[in-house]
Amino acid sequence: MSSPKTVKTEDVVPEGAPRLVLAGNPNVGKSVFFNALTGMYVDVSNFPGTTVEISRGKFRNYLVEDTPGVYGVSSFNDEETVARDIILEADVILNVVDAVHMHRDLFLTQQMIDMGKKLIVALNQMDEAEKNGIRIDVQKLSDMLGVPVIGTMAVKNIGISDVIDKIEEASQGNRLPGMEEMLKPYVEKGLTEAEALMILEDDSEICKRKNMSPAGSQEELYKRRRARVDEIISAVVAESNDKASFSVKLGRLMLKPFPGIPMLLVTLFAVFMFVGVFMGQTVVELTEEKIMAGLYQPFVTNLIGKIIPIDSFFGQLLAGEFGLLTMTPVYILGLLLPLVVGFYLMLSILEDSGYLPRIAVLSDRMMNRVGLNGRAIIPTILAFGCFTAATMTTRLLGSKRERVIATALLGLTIPCSAQLGIIAGILASMGLPYILFYIFVLVLLFGLVGKLLNKVLPGESSSLLIDLPAIRLPGIRNVLKKTFVKTKIFLKDATPLFALGAVIITLLRYFGILEAIQDAIAPLTVSWLNLPKEMATVFIMGMIRRDFGAAGLSSIALTKSQMMTALITITLFVPCIASVIVIFKERTKGEAVLIWMGSLVTAFVVGGLVSKFLMLFPAG
Amino acid sequence: MTLDKAKRGDEIEIIHINDARIRAQAIRLGISEGARMLCSEKVPAGPIILKNRMQEVAIGRKIAHMIKVERVG
Repeated sequence: MSSPKTVKTEDVVPEGAPRLVLAGNPNVGKSVFFNALTGMYVDVSNFPGTTVEISRGKFRNYLVEDTPGVYGVSSFNDEETVARDIILEADVILNVVDAVHMHRDLFLTQQMIDMGKKLIVALNQMDEAEKNGIRIDVQKLSDMLGVPVIGTMAVKNIGISDVIDKIEEASQGNRLPGMEEMLKPYVEKGLTEAEALMILEDDSEICKRKNMSPAGSQEELYKRRRARVDEIISAVVAESNDKASFSVKLGRLMLKPFPGIPMLLVTLFAVFMFVGVFMGQTVVELTEEKIMAGLYQPFVTNLIGKIIPIDSFFGQLLAGEFGLLTMTPVYILGLLLPLVVGFYLMLSILEDSGYLPRIAVLSDRMMNRVGLNGRAIIPTILAFGCFTAATMTTRLLGSKRERVIATALLGLTIPCSAQLGIIAGILASMGLPYILFYIFVLVLLFGLVGKLLNKVLPGESSSLLIDLPAIRLPGIRNVLKKTFVKTKIFLKDATPLFALGAVIITLLRYFGILEAIQDAIAPLTVSWLNLPKEMATVFIMGMIRRDFGAAGLSSIALTKSQMMTALITITLFVPCIASVIVIFKERTKGEAVLIWMGSLVTAFVVGGLVSKFLMLFPAG
Repeated sequence: MTLDKAKRGDEIEIIHINDARIRAQAIRLGISEGARMLCSEKVPAGPIILKNRMQEVAIGRKIAHMIKVERVG
């Protein structure tokens, strides 16, 4: 696996080095250029205060910075503000443009030209354009933009070296007429031209930073820029509309209910087989049971036991059943790591192939009903892996209310992969009617709770407006790099949560609070849920780790109806302690308490109803 | 009419987008007032796909309802 080396760029690039920034729309192939330019000196990190990952590297005397793909320089979301701040500081910009989607991409190009930045354009995917009957007059495009334009086919490594050779020829292009005069008053106040353009385009953050009021000319400038791009396109592009490449045809088929929905189901099934079955069972058996629990844990327990007695408070804290050096690493490295790698690998492939936005389109209608839009499919897929990863991903949703709805719904109704393995095993032994009943209850609840939250929460959810990129074969190197970076960031964020959770549980247990809670909820367990008293222990265990809870089920003799009640209650019951902590981290305190208590109450109410319902069928 | 009423295969012209924020985002994707586009797909009760040359954009029903269009062919 070619994982990027993490070398701090400060070590290899002198301070004050000129900045070469890679910019372009999403999915245009920027990363190929970045890799070609920087070779091995790559430093991937989160942009401060965001989950947006930024790669930095070195090329000649330049500091090279990659930016998230954006459609324009502004601040509609996190990616855009990050890209904007990097572009504002750029000395030279290598703008990668998708030849098939010039109509969209040149808006950003023209905007950066209007900023007065030195630009060179790599017109990528020339082969794909040709396959679709698009002919482009590259020389004329270069003349009209006023910057060098070089045709490339990055994945086939054609034209990349030409671009690299010509970086120094990057130049300021032809701005919209009258641009200089509009920028002048701001430049005289000490702003750069690029910052001045942001003020002219009403960018609220830049206005605040510079203590200026928005100029109110965004709409006018956007319209003129769009008109200019349309004019350029008409002049340089000749297309015969009857040609459509295989990937374009495939992209269209994916959106038709037939065969789009069967294709989606097959894809999801393949993802499940890979992550849930291969990673979740085969790999986890090796990593968790054999390596971590089989070799590592006895070793550590033994080692710590030689220094302090395991029964003592600190012994428990470090190497007890829920110790910092025992449960925490076993859980994170043995169980979560393979699952999360599996999910991010699948997500990166779906993303880079251009399929993910189409899944969002197909699921938009379903998501609308619960106050979300199609983009929420991404945290939903991740929730089947690990709820903490999913909650962090809810940041990409358009509004606060959507983030609250998604957090609550996913935490309540989606069993995480750790749980799913055990639950699926128990369900399989119970027979098809029980499997269907379990799924039915969860889907019903997903819909009902979502609808309810959508009704009671103030405000309005954002609606879907997404660009559909071309369908293409994802590059292996890029997919692996994405998976590596996302997994690394997940481990960095989640490990402290799991460690804190372990500490809390050890404290609760050591001081007997856990037993007190078990006794307190026992009446509820017995009279309302019709379950044996010992089930309270399983519920408490479920709070520590959802799969512990589910695993405890097999040790108690239950009828099938009781088992079904217990499975559903445990699925809905508070997420594991790390999830609770991440909810508190990502949401406000009030929201977090409501989500947490809400899922507790829902779990018991629904569990009781299921129990009463199943009692109508005495055979079970 | 509004965009959510358009049918698959309709050629439409964008007349007005009734939301400043959406207007700014849409114009960058090539959906500007006066633009002529093809309604290339309509997911049942779901998003509408607008196509301009090779560019395809998916628009949720709620936004589609805010976009005034005219059928041109």
